[in-house]
Amino acid sequence: MSRFNDFRLGFKDGAPIGFGYLTVSFAFGILASQKGLSIFQAVLMSATNLTSAGQFAALDIIHSNLSYYELALTQFILNLRYFLMSCALSQKLDPETNLKHRLTASFGITDEIFAINASKPGKVSAYYTYGAMSIAIPGWTLGTFLGAFSDNLMSESLKSALGVAIFGMFIAILIPPAKQDKSILAVVLSAAFLAWLFKEAPLLSQISSGFGIIIITIVVSAAAAYLSTKTNSRERREHATG
Amino acid sequence: MRPGNIYIYIAVMATVTYLIRALPLTLIRKEIKSPYIRSFLHFVPYATLSAMTFPAILYSARVPSAGIGALLTALVLAYKGKSLLTVAIGACIAVYIIEAVAV
Repeated sequence: MSRFNDFRLGFKDGAPIGFGYLTVSFAFGILASQKGLSIFQAVLMSATNLTSAGQFAALDIIHSNLSYYELALTQFILNLRYFLMSCALSQKLDPETNLKHRLTASFGITDEIFAINASKPGKVSAYYTYGAMSIAIPGWTLGTFLGAFSDNLMSESLKSALGVAIFGMFIAILIPPAKQDKSILAVVLSAAFLAWLFKEAPLLSQISSGFGIIIITIVVSAAAAYLSTKTNSRERREHATG
Repeated sequence: MRPGNIYIYIAVMATVTYLIRALPLTLIRKEIKSPYIRSFLHFVPYATLSAMTFPAILYSARVPSAGIGALLTALVLAYKGKSLLTVAIGACIAVYIIEAVAV
């Protein structure tokens, strides 16, 4: 497929992401303005970071005037999942992709852009990611601007409704593959159960949600990989002998 | 807050976040052969997205019933194979309606 087609497809798949970002970053913009950031600072943070959990956490750290080191550590923990996604994407990206394109596409690794990349069959071109980035990044920064700009103009009920948009999108990404593949369904259910445990159980609920997500991702994916590779190799052996 | 610091804060977080994203994608150039690691990476997005969504969606609205309504609406629409945008908007509408009644 041509670069233009890849770009266009990425743009199309990225459109709902851009919309979802608009709503989430709107909430971020409102909060940023309440925590004392100027509109320009809030928009600059969104344009250079492109990460929801990290930015929300940073507002508190900046507001409390904590050290740069603490900010760096929090971002590292909250965004470590991008490291795992980047590893996975290294196997998904067209192997011919050169360093310049790898460095550019890296900036677009978010939960959602990664998810649409992962859902594509076969290898993907960096241009697909560029297409998604070209609508997701404006959505994220524009939403931040509108939120910081309008702060209290929007009604509570509208803000509350827009707040679930991003979760709706995640569910739309998760359900179709879970319907077709039992091992993915098992992964989704176990991760959800553990996340609930991390939220409610004593001691576990002390762990920050970003770090909890990393622990859950590693434990569940490792278990699923162990079980599925074991089953596959047994099937192969039975095939060979039978 | 000390003036000026905010830009260093933003630069620090942007640098850390970018390095996390860029290092694996630029350094891992070969295909990973191990079936175990390949399988592990295959499951990563599903585990992460699921852990981020549940139970967080239940607490995201102002009343629990609206969160439950959003979850059920999204599940049904997604199960029917609707697009990302339709599912997202459906969940928003569910919250808006339930909160209009309950709050």
